[in-house]
Amino acid sequence: MQPTSATTSAQPEAQAPPVLALRGVSKSFGAVNALSNVELTLRRGEVTALLGDNGAGKSTLVKILSGVHPADEGVVEFDGRPVAISNPTAARDLGIATVYQDLALCDNLDVVANLFLGREQTRLFLSEELMEERALELLHQLSAKIPSVRTPVAGLSGGQRQTVAIARSLVGEPSVVILDEPTAALGVAQTAEVLNLIEKLRDRGHAVMLITHNMSDVHAVADTAVVLRLGRNNGVFSLADSTPEELVAAITGATDNTVTRRAARAAERRASADDTRSRDEEATP
Amino acid sequence: MSQSSATKVAPLINGADGKPIGRAGVVASVQGFIARLRSGDIGSLPIVVGLVLIWGIIQGLNSSFLSSRNLVNLATQCAADGVIAVGVVLVLLVAQIDLSVGSMSGVASAVLGIGLTSMGWPLPVAIAVALFIGIAVGVVYAVIFVRFNVPSFVVTLAGLLALLGLQLEILGEHGSINLPFKSAIVGFMQRMFVPDTLSYLLAALAVALFVSSRLARARRRRAANLSSSSLTSVLVKAALLLVALEFGCWYLNRSRGVSLPFMLLVMLVMVVDVLLKRTKWGRAVYAVGGSVEAARRAGIKLWPVYLSVFVLCSMLASLGGLMSAGRLSAASISSGTGDTNLNAIAAAVIGGTSLFGGRGNAYSALLGIVVIESIANGLTLLSLTSAVRFMITGGVLMIAVIVDSTARRSRAAHGAA
Repeated sequence: MQPTSATTSAQPEAQAPPVLALRGVSKSFGAVNALSNVELTLRRGEVTALLGDNGAGKSTLVKILSGVHPADEGVVEFDGRPVAISNPTAARDLGIATVYQDLALCDNLDVVANLFLGREQTRLFLSEELMEERALELLHQLSAKIPSVRTPVAGLSGGQRQTVAIARSLVGEPSVVILDEPTAALGVAQTAEVLNLIEKLRDRGHAVMLITHNMSDVHAVADTAVVLRLGRNNGVFSLADSTPEELVAAITGATDNTVTRRAARAAERRASADDTRSRDEEATP
Repeated sequence: MSQSSATKVAPLINGADGKPIGRAGVVASVQGFIARLRSGDIGSLPIVVGLVLIWGIIQGLNSSFLSSRNLVNLATQCAADGVIAVGVVLVLLVAQIDLSVGSMSGVASAVLGIGLTSMGWPLPVAIAVALFIGIAVGVVYAVIFVRFNVPSFVVTLAGLLALLGLQLEILGEHGSINLPFKSAIVGFMQRMFVPDTLSYLLAALAVALFVSSRLARARRRRAANLSSSSLTSVLVKAALLLVALEFGCWYLNRSRGVSLPFMLLVMLVMVVDVLLKRTKWGRAVYAVGGSVEAARRAGIKLWPVYLSVFVLCSMLASLGGLMSAGRLSAASISSGTGDTNLNAIAAAVIGGTSLFGGRGNAYSALLGIVVIESIANGLTLLSLTSAVRFMITGGVLMIAVIVDSTARRSRAAHGAA
């Protein structure tokens, strides 16, 4: 549970022992193999992006880690010991916190109430002051800009709500924080705020798993990218030495795909534009 | 004691009640209040304004309306349906509804009537049986709602009919039963008043409790390095409260005084308010009303919340029925029918508890029932018929719901829905 000091993203090879490891995990729903033989390693102080197209099995993997569905086969190791994550409470007790895409905040409750929802500190009555103090401390650590911890969450912007949701996941000091599409619904500035937040989480020593479709987010904050394709591992990439094209190729399963063709066309257009311009320049005396 | 002792934890983050650090005085309280109104967080303000209007109009038409004598009656009339409304508030807070509170209160009064007369039970036994039936009905509602996912609207609508049948069955061929006039519950509802001196003492005690709880909170907040509200603003509020309460007592004491049933309602409201605001259970109730999914994911078990709320609502409806029977010293097939149901539900909504769940408080039951009973009482004084009374009460309820919906839209417009 104790956050270790941050490892720098420059040397992901200087490996801390993994806090969470999946070995040969499979899961099927009826005849559909959602995941087969998947490997995944999360380390403290490291941001791991989980990439994959729709239907690649990302959500299933998140659900296994957060205890919504148990895995059919394979081993989940936490701090080197095999564990069973049979329900959401078990995941929470292990120290795996998940921030869902829809945030699941209560709009009518204030920030403090939302942070401690379901695990209020009480001494006969609610210990509002203890909770508020802790909430301020957490938000301060995340350098969060929240107008007041006593405003109902309904009054906050999308980025602020995301901040509250992430801060809530930290209340139990988890080792692993899973973020499901944290920037999907956000504007440019708010996305930047959330990316800062993810770096803060990494620096606090949490193992962060980031599920996203947004390649620029991945390149901005992730140390490692794990790609799933049709329920199987399709490569682990160190972001320091891989190109966006390689990632896209791994996600879509082909080097020739819509994204690369589009990029190629754009490059062609640029080249021909340059061509014309240079010819024009030659023509003018 | 003043804001100077507030520690600056983080400059962007505020302290008590959303007030920015360093502005926690009387002025800031007023400013905060106005800001909240603007954003559609209107709370009980429309109803207070409405109440003043209603009282003003009726008083203008009949000068005996605001006499001590009539207000004493009004307070006592509020008690029974007010108790039922407190239960309705709880159900509305989790975004559900109980349409059967009227029938439930009718069953309770029938049990009391038959119990005290033909069965010859002692009063405590009759009361216990009636309350027990209330609890059992609440359990049944909760089980059907939670287990089979039937909307509470339908469950309690079915309950309304079933309980009405039960009430007729219990009363049998009697139709109407007069309670023994000597019975303690009749005395309690009709003839028991708080002695003058005691009423002043109780009012002072209530203010003392208010001050001590605020000061204790300020002390805890300072201990936790949080900004605390200033001593002045606490004292100003306490002084206003003290003057209002003592004046109210004095005015009622010019006639018979503060009736015990009304005291019972006020105390019930205060207790439920503390339970809602200061306990884990209350927090869960608001959370479920705000977002069921969020509450579930936060690890709150839903069924105990629904069970507690439905049981409390039916039990309070039962208690309200007993009080109503005591006040009329009779139980009949018409007990709890007619306007009891709508009065109780309308009171909760008129008082400012949202039909959409998650917003409102126990005090809205008290405020709402005072409005409804004021209309009923005033129109009776003006010798208008039930026809007019129903139409006006319906109109007021409609306005209250429109205000609720408009406020909700305004919150949405301010990004706060």
